[in-house]
Amino acid sequence: MAAETTKEVASSGLPQFDIATFASQITWLAITFGLLYLILAQFILPKIGGTISDRHNRIADDLDTASRHQREAEEAEIAYERVLADAKAKAHNVAESTRSSINEEIEREITAADAEAAAQALKSEAKISDIRRDALSNIDSIAREAASDIVKKFTGKTPTAAQLKKILKG
Amino acid sequence: MANNPLDQFKIKEIFDGPQIGPIDLSFTNSSLWMVIASFAIVVFFGLTARGKLIPGRLQSMGEMSHEFIADMLKDTTGPEAVKFFPYIFTIFFFILFANLLGMNPYAFTTTSHIAVTAALAVFTILLVVVAGILRNGLKWFKIFAPSGLPLIMYIIIVPIEIISFISRPITLAVRLFANMTAGHVMLKLFAIFIAYLVGKGAMTGVAAIVPILGTTAIVALEFLVAALQAFVFAILTCVYLNDVYHVDH
Repeated sequence: MAAETTKEVASSGLPQFDIATFASQITWLAITFGLLYLILAQFILPKIGGTISDRHNRIADDLDTASRHQREAEEAEIAYERVLADAKAKAHNVAESTRSSINEEIEREITAADAEAAAQALKSEAKISDIRRDALSNIDSIAREAASDIVKKFTGKTPTAAQLKKILKG
Repeated sequence: MANNPLDQFKIKEIFDGPQIGPIDLSFTNSSLWMVIASFAIVVFFGLTARGKLIPGRLQSMGEMSHEFIADMLKDTTGPEAVKFFPYIFTIFFFILFANLLGMNPYAFTTTSHIAVTAALAVFTILLVVVAGILRNGLKWFKIFAPSGLPLIMYIIIVPIEIISFISRPITLAVRLFANMTAGHVMLKLFAIFIAYLVGKGAMTGVAAIVPILGTTAIVALEFLVAALQAFVFAILTCVYLNDVYHVDH
């Protein structure tokens, strides 16, 4: 048997080189190593590896969720800013249109006032020239009356129209 | 106490087993310590595989071991070699536990026997050959003839490549066996020297402090060697598995 041979050979050198023990060693190595491999590969390592990959997945999922939330927050901020900008633009437009409409109205009023003033001026000028013409024509008759009065006073008789005309022209 | 430093490597039969052809099932102290190592690994990793999302200390140790071997295989061989992961894991922890358990007093170091280390080494290399041929077919033999050389160079390169390939299992086996054997012989020699000095009288007994300090230092060194040799065996297995996936190197 293996062990008996060992005793004889061992005294002469390293027990490691006793070939009689090799079969038993290799057989038991195959049995123990093979069983160990099967148990580790079939049961224990998949469980440890599964736990590790579960944890990695969980962490990756959590990071994904976090980044999704961040993206949503950023989108909300962008939307908010867009709405704000729209509102600002609208307010600006309203102010601008109001100002321009007011300006237009002022312009219109001024033009209307100018036109009225011009019309008034024109009318007044016409009236003045009428008055002047009237006044000039009145001067003629007044002069005639005055001349006729003067003639009457001096001569005692009223001159005729033809005479008066002659006098006034002379 | 045995005074021969080589007695610690003796294989002693515990149960007489049947002999089936060349297969001798005698249960020896070597078999016992292989069973203890395997059992210890199963118990340790069985306890650590708790599957909790937030790991405790024990579970962290199991997961760190898992990631350590997985990263080593991924960095050395590549991500496609993941199916060899259980093998690398088993070989690393089998050798590590065998080496560390062998450091205990009265324990037997199964990895100090060339039969065990050679069996592991030969199986590893056969695994590389078989997996390489299954994956690449006969093209796998191109690992002995790197492409892009002048024809005359192949006369020199091919024999060198073949010799270097054959030397792989030999170096794997001898490195582990020699390291474990030498360390244990040295420890035993120092220990015997202490006993010898103390036995001789008071004067020499005081001088025994030197080998005591020496033994202490060597014990620390041997623990390092025990872990290092397991790592070396595992990482070289990863390196050799490269030939399965990278034929044109």
